[in-house]
Amino acid sequence: MIKVRDLYKSFDGNKVLKGVNFSIETGEAVAIIGKSGSGKSVLLKHINGLLKPDSGEIWVDNKLVNTLSFRKLQNIRAKMGMVFQAGALFDSLTVGENIGLALRRLTKLRENEVLERVQSSLIDVDLQGTENLMPAELSGGMKKRVGIARAIAIKPDFLLYDEPTTGLDPVMTDIINRLIVKFQKINSITSIIVTHEMRTVFDVSNRIIMLHNGKVQFDGTSEEIKNCNDLAVRQFITGDSSLVC
Amino acid sequence: MQLLFSPIIAIISFFEGIGRYVLLMTSMFRSFNRWHKYISYSIDQMIIIGVKSIPIIILTAFFSGMVTSVQSSYQFSSWIPDWYVGSVVGESVLLELGPMITGLVLTGRVGATIAAELGTMRVTEQIDALESLSFDPVVFLIFPRIVAGIVMFPILVIVADFFGIFGGWFTASYTMDVTSFEFFKGFRTWFHPWDAWFGLIKAVSFGFAITSIACYYGYFTKGGAEGVGKATTLTVVISCVTIVFLDYVLAVMFL
Repeated sequence: MIKVRDLYKSFDGNKVLKGVNFSIETGEAVAIIGKSGSGKSVLLKHINGLLKPDSGEIWVDNKLVNTLSFRKLQNIRAKMGMVFQAGALFDSLTVGENIGLALRRLTKLRENEVLERVQSSLIDVDLQGTENLMPAELSGGMKKRVGIARAIAIKPDFLLYDEPTTGLDPVMTDIINRLIVKFQKINSITSIIVTHEMRTVFDVSNRIIMLHNGKVQFDGTSEEIKNCNDLAVRQFITGDSSLVC
Repeated sequence: MQLLFSPIIAIISFFEGIGRYVLLMTSMFRSFNRWHKYISYSIDQMIIIGVKSIPIIILTAFFSGMVTSVQSSYQFSSWIPDWYVGSVVGESVLLELGPMITGLVLTGRVGATIAAELGTMRVTEQIDALESLSFDPVVFLIFPRIVAGIVMFPILVIVADFFGIFGGWFTASYTMDVTSFEFFKGFRTWFHPWDAWFGLIKAVSFGFAITSIACYYGYFTKGGAEGVGKATTLTVVISCVTIVFLDYVLAVMFL
């Protein structure tokens, strides 16, 4: 379970989050939406402790993330996979080494077990046979899928996706969306998907949280958001810039 | 009003920077007890920082030795015998040129590379990815580079000393009327083993300064490509100034 309480964060005087509150139950797939610069990625990075809040609390599995020591935070992160916007693959390592890096360092798996896990993760994202390629040799969509393979290889309880489909063509977007749904359903992983792509939102999530002006503007299901009369929400989901909010 | 406050803001951010550097180095030194886990990464860095720098060090040291030889001969008046060239070359190379040339060349070659590498990792979220995979980026990225710098700089200075003296001897022997015997007679006359040790002390200090400054600017890079460029430039400028400053401080302390 993830709980965010009164989360405030600012950068150089620019207040990005101004009191965010929500809870996510185990096994839920929650989409966090909002305009560019609304603090979606900042919120996600607070959940796995990459950023420290100015004030507020982030609870993961009943542990207060923002006060944990580095060692204890590592235990939380070991259960939490994160998929970055541009993949964030390590340039100097091959695809296989990227996926196996955390397995070799954090688990007691033998080398053949690591290689098996790398293979099965690549098969899950339909990229078998690419383990010896370097990140520079991959397309944008492939990088994102390797990023997902790296995140699922550690068999996480939580998966955090930062803009997983941004900049991809519609077919690749559909492939990624299906992968997210597959991991959420088969492995009952709690998923948080930060995105502003409404197609991804409706395809993969069973709950939507919208950030606006640093606060939660909407928290509900796909059906509820479609019927929501709030101007900021309507403007976002219809993409109609003529609506004033 | 803004003009009035800008020097104050600059002073505050200078001390903030020093504080951040000290904190970063503290967490790096704390990770020394886990050195065995990261020794393979340190060896990789030793190859990148040290072994691959040998050709450029040989080239620059050789020419520095040659120039020293020519200039000392030029400056000697008729009552100073030419065999003194060996002593001037030896002392200049061991005390100053070997460590200094190595430091300045490696500021460009190693410092800039480290800053650009870590800066790119920061702006492309690779450092965040490392953290999210439960790695300590300080231990994983910074520790091996600084260890490699501290270990490899003295070795490179020894190489620079050797080729600097060789360059001086080569010029003295082939372009002046100084025989090898005379050159090394001069070299031995004024040679103090401490001078060579002092050069190595400088090398360790320069190795730490250059790699740590590069790691600091690279690790805290902000923005995109512009931020990486800024971090690289600052690394080279600050490292050069630090080396010159350290050179003076160490000379006052040890000579």
